[in-house]
Amino acid sequence: MEKTIAGKSVAVNEEGYMTDLSQWSPEIANELAKESNLELSPRHFEVLEYLQTQYKNEVPLTIRRVGASGVVDIKEFYALFPAGPLKISSKIAGIPKPASCI
Amino acid sequence: MSEYNGEIKKMMIILSKATLDSVYAAFVLANGARMEGIESEMFFTFFGLEALHKEKMEDLHVATVGNPAMHMPTMLGGLPGMEALATHMMKKEMDKLDLPGVKEFVEILSASGVKIWACRLAMDMFHYKKEDLAPELDGVLTVGDFYQRAQGLGTHMLFI
Repeated sequence: MEKTIAGKSVAVNEEGYMTDLSQWSPEIANELAKESNLELSPRHFEVLEYLQTQYKNEVPLTIRRVGASGVVDIKEFYALFPAGPLKISSKIAGIPKPASCI
Repeated sequence: MSEYNGEIKKMMIILSKATLDSVYAAFVLANGARMEGIESEMFFTFFGLEALHKEKMEDLHVATVGNPAMHMPTMLGGLPGMEALATHMMKKEMDKLDLPGVKEFVEILSASGVKIWACRLAMDMFHYKKEDLAPELDGVLTVGDFYQRAQGLGTHMLFI
């Protein structure tokens, strides 16, 4: 399905996760963040960029891997995205919802 | 009128065993709650305390005796080396799934905001001191203290 985010029509699934990363932009990220009651800082964007790179390299995301990435530790990851770090950050990064239990 | 919609707000997970499968089940549930933005606290009691004990936490085993899911005769499960073999096999599988070891898992839980509590009675029974347990320990509680912390709508309690 299509949804208008930050004035652009983008493809999303029924949970609101973008299905085409090439449509992603920082403006869209800011808009998606607002839906999760978040205000994005430069630190958020560093993490989003890391997640997108992992996704492009087809590395499955887990809290442990993100924590060991050197980009952000687990404590800060939770502080940046308190309502569900992997889930919410992936949504804002325009990548699919991680299917990880850990 | 309460507008509570049944949402889970807090998981209180009690771990009373130190077999590797029980410990991981409890850890994955506690961690999974945090990943969903749900508060999560763990209460380690009786043998569950071993999962926090500095000298024991990295050496927990799978039970091969009295565990029908192992699909081996109990007599065989009791042979020397059987438990070590089963444990080795399970750890190999967990590595493939990127599951951390017990010590690292406790660190991850704590960094994720899971509260780590030890049971006062079990501590006294095993003659453990706070210093014997992982530094991630948030404190030693009585059952009553733990119930106090569980109060509020949307709290669920699990005994493993």
